[in-house]
Amino acid sequence: MSIWHVAIRKQLRQGSSRFELDVQFRSDARRVVLHGPSGAGKTQTLRMIAGITRPDSGTIRIGGHTLLDTATGVALSPQERRVGCVFQDYALFPHLTVRQNIAFAARGGLRNPARDERNPQVDRWVEQFHLQPIAGHYPHQISGGQRQRTALARALVREPTALLLDEPFAALDKGLRQQLRLELLDLQASLALPLLLITHDDDDVRCLAEEVIAIDGGRVAAASLDSSAT
Amino acid sequence: MSGAWVALALSLKVAGWATALNLVFGVAVGYALARWRFPGKDLVDAALTLPMVMPPTVLGYYLLVVIGSHGVVGSWLLQHFGIRLIFTWQAAVIAATIVAFPLVFKAARAAFENVEPQLEDAARTLGIGEWAVFFRVTLPLAWRGILAGLLLSFARALGEFGATLMVAGSIAGKTQTLSIAVYEAVQAGQDDTANFLVAVTSITCIVVLLSAGRLAPGRVAARG
Repeated sequence: MSIWHVAIRKQLRQGSSRFELDVQFRSDARRVVLHGPSGAGKTQTLRMIAGITRPDSGTIRIGGHTLLDTATGVALSPQERRVGCVFQDYALFPHLTVRQNIAFAARGGLRNPARDERNPQVDRWVEQFHLQPIAGHYPHQISGGQRQRTALARALVREPTALLLDEPFAALDKGLRQQLRLELLDLQASLALPLLLITHDDDDVRCLAEEVIAIDGGRVAAASLDSSAT
Repeated sequence: MSGAWVALALSLKVAGWATALNLVFGVAVGYALARWRFPGKDLVDAALTLPMVMPPTVLGYYLLVVIGSHGVVGSWLLQHFGIRLIFTWQAAVIAATIVAFPLVFKAARAAFENVEPQLEDAARTLGIGEWAVFFRVTLPLAWRGILAGLLLSFARALGEFGATLMVAGSIAGKTQTLSIAVYEAVQAGQDDTANFLVAVTSITCIVVLLSAGRLAPGRVAARG
C-alpha cells in the first residue's frame, strides 16, 4: 500500500484554450516533490489533492485513506480531508494577527479566535517557530520567512495527516531559502508527516526530495527518480 | 414645531428599517453575483440596478401595481391577513428599501469580488465549514466596502420622496417623512416650518456623513 496514490483527470478551460490534466503516480516516499515548469499543472494537481478543485474522474489516496474515488462516489470535502496546505504566497488572513491565523483551525463556530485567546496547541507552534515577538502583528507587518512559518504553523495546528506545499520558498530571499528548507526537513522528520511539495526550483528538489515526480504539459513526464541517484 | 421632530423620527425609522433590510438582501445578492456563475447574470444585475436609474414615480407606480389593494401581492395580503400596506409607514419602508437597494448590492458585489478566493480555500482546508468561511473570512474582508454602501443607502433612503409619496402618501404623523413635510410646508406657504425642516434635514445629513467618515477608515475590516 503506497503512501501516495494519485490518478486524476480533468479538462481545464481557460478562455478558448483547453488543457488536459492527467496526472498519475504512486509513491512510498515520505517527501515527494512534484517538479516542473510553471503552467505544467502542478498547482492544479495540488488543489485537487486538497479537495479545492474536483477532478472529472480519478482516485486520490493518502496513507491508505481514500479522499476521492469517482468510481465508488467517494469525494471528501476539503474540510473532511485533514490535509494541511501551505499556499504559494501563503494566503494568510490579512485581517487576523499571526496568533489568530495560527489559532484559526483550533476554533470552531462562526467567530474568529480572539486576539488574546490562549490555546496550548497554538502556543506550541508559536514557540517552535519563534513567532512570540510578532504574534500580535498582522501578516503585512512581518517578513517573508515569518509568513512562511506562520502558514506552516496554521496548517499544523489542525494535526493534518499530510502536508501539501505550493512553491513554499519562491517568495523568499535566496539566502533564507536554504535555511528554511533545512527547517522543513527537520520538521518533517520529527513529525513523520507525509509531505508533497511542488516547485520549479532544482535546489528544492536536491534538498528535499526523497522521490521526484516530473510534471510537464499536465502529465507525469518521466519515471520517478530516487533521491540517492541525484 | 413638534411636527418636524415627528417627521424626523419617522424618516429615521423608515431609513433605518430600509438599511437593515438592505443589509440582509443587498449582501446576499451581492455575494451571489460575485461568487456564483449562472446564465443571465448581467441581466439580473441590470434589472436590480433599475431602481437607481428609473424615475422614483415610475417605481412608485410599479409598487402600487404590486402592493396596492388591487395589486398582485396587495390583494392577497388583504384577503388572507387583512393587511393593507398602502398609506402605511411600512409601505414607505418598502419604497425606500427598493430605491436604496442598488447602492448596497453594487458595493457588496465589488467588495466580495475583491476578496481573494484563495483565502476562502485556505479556510476550507483548515476544516472550517462554509458558513464559518463566510463569517470569518469573506465578510470581515468585504465589510468596509459593504459599510460604505450601507451608509450611502441610508442617506438615499432618508431623502426618498417620489416613490414614498405614491405608496405611503403624506399623512402627518403617520407617513409624512421629512422630505415630504418640506414639500407640504412650501406648498402651504409655511416658510417658517419649511426653513426649520430644511435645517433639521441638513443637520441630520451632516451628522450621518460625519459618523460615516469616523466609521469607515477605522479598523472595521480588522475586527474578527
